[in-house]
Amino acid sequence: MSNSFAGIMKEGLWNQNVVFAQLLAMCPTMAVTTSGTNGLGMGLATTAVLIVSNILVSTIRHTVSSQVRIPVFVVLIATLVTLVDMAMNAWLHDLYKVLGLFIALIVVNCAILGRAEAFAVKNGVLASAVDGLAMGLGFTGALTMIGLIREFLGSGTLFAQASNLLGPAFAFLEVKIPGYGGALLMILPPGGFAVLGFLLAGKRVMESRIEERARAATGTPDAITA
Amino acid sequence: MSTAGTSSARAGSGLTAAVIASPHAHGGNSVSATMFRVKMALVPATLFSFWLFGWPSFFLWALTILSCLCFEALSLRLMGSRRIKATLLDGSALLTGWLLALSLPPWAPWWVAVLGGLIAIVIGKQVFGGIGQNVFNPAMVARVALLVSFPLPLTQWVTPLPLSPVAGPDFVHSLRQFLTSAPLPDAMVSASVLGYTKTELSRGIDLLHSLSSASAPALSWLGERSGSFGESASLLILGGGLYLLARGIISWHTPFSVLAGVAIPAAIGHQLDPAHYLSATTHLLSGAALLGAFFIATDYVTSPNTGSGQIVFGLGIGLLTWVIRTYGGYPEGMAFAVLLMNALTPVIDRLIKPRILGRDRKGKPLSIPETKES
Repeated sequence: MSNSFAGIMKEGLWNQNVVFAQLLAMCPTMAVTTSGTNGLGMGLATTAVLIVSNILVSTIRHTVSSQVRIPVFVVLIATLVTLVDMAMNAWLHDLYKVLGLFIALIVVNCAILGRAEAFAVKNGVLASAVDGLAMGLGFTGALTMIGLIREFLGSGTLFAQASNLLGPAFAFLEVKIPGYGGALLMILPPGGFAVLGFLLAGKRVMESRIEERARAATGTPDAITA
Repeated sequence: MSTAGTSSARAGSGLTAAVIASPHAHGGNSVSATMFRVKMALVPATLFSFWLFGWPSFFLWALTILSCLCFEALSLRLMGSRRIKATLLDGSALLTGWLLALSLPPWAPWWVAVLGGLIAIVIGKQVFGGIGQNVFNPAMVARVALLVSFPLPLTQWVTPLPLSPVAGPDFVHSLRQFLTSAPLPDAMVSASVLGYTKTELSRGIDLLHSLSSASAPALSWLGERSGSFGESASLLILGGGLYLLARGIISWHTPFSVLAGVAIPAAIGHQLDPAHYLSATTHLLSGAALLGAFFIATDYVTSPNTGSGQIVFGLGIGLLTWVIRTYGGYPEGMAFAVLLMNALTPVIDRLIKPRILGRDRKGKPLSIPETKES
């Protein structure tokens, strides 16, 4: 794993993407991605928790003995999630009503404990913060993308109720496709699994194409010299 | 024995040690031959349905099959297969499209056919690895996905009209109806028996009254009743199924246990409370019971391998169909039941295995009684 910040960002956004590479946090991924707005809100909430929890875990990494680290991390994460939960209830109440339970469940989101264990306990505070940001944005991007595709196919809208999350200034994002009622199945769980499956397949295809191109690029000079 | 002899003789005649892998004898059967016979068995019921429901049903049938073939070719191409033409000609995609079309409402609009082909072939079949690899019956995957996604167009039945210039729409009108997906004229909309009784029961009218009233949908062996495109002609489907049985394409285990699984609980329920449970005859003649039993549940890929496994599988489908029809939210449950039992097929095959020669059912070697040396 590269320790340069750009490397960490790339890992989080693409190579080690929480949803598309690690296949972690499947529960919120399937449950809340019925619309782009829900996915974006869930992703941003998770990102906030992830950044702060990574910073805190990284700060106390020399103080906490490895025997008690898991309970300590869980208490930290639970505190942060409670804060996010209450803040969303206060300021983004409409979105909170939709995401409700899943905000509280960020506590047991394996991506957060996973990053604490896999990265924050081994790295400095700044690197951990960048890792939290990268992983969180990767997660947000994945959730928003799945949410948008399911929303588009399932209810014929894009970013419905985005102004609830981002403020009235973003009402222009809301798109409604006229004359299309939507395929209900895409909003239901099977639609989530199907969309995730096709996106995973797409990512694998892209990666193999990139790899092929890289191999061709390194291979051509040899061919010319020979 | 004789086959082993011929192959060794063949190897010996050329004085070379050519190794020929088994099997050494071929029955001459092939995927395409089997698929062809199944299609032959479907022809009478399909033709009858064309006559019954007119040109729109023909367009639906043709476009569903075309869509399945196109998506099959497209996915094979995307996967880099070199046997596109051969795979298309084996007829499996064609049969999937045919069965899907038969299970759709006869006047469904064009996009139902196209989407159905996409779901059946890409999600139902090719994603799993193509022919022989799919866990679920592709046609039923598409049927259920369409029903769940678009409840309204998928539950609009038309009253059966003979294909005559007076009663039925002509070619051009039908094509327009099919392509614009305009709402059906009210006079042509009708309910299937299962849907009708379910609605009436939910309104508090029991079966004794609802089925005797003048507006009750007809129930006939001949198939002059509303319902899915290919499911009405009970006798012709039964005939097709018996032809498949006679040609040895399917065994009796699955279809008869499906029918028994529907009929037995239906008969018991009807005996106990005729006001709330439909009779066994109604259950067998309505919806996809016969088509499902003979043509859908018997799919080689998604049903168990052993005879007794197929009986368990069939009884499960029948019972689930009856349960969904009687207590579920949807009036018809054959497609759901088939998919649920498809999911159980690997378990059934794991639990019910054929006995290996020389071993008992648990796989232990048979105890050989001591024989006297001669």
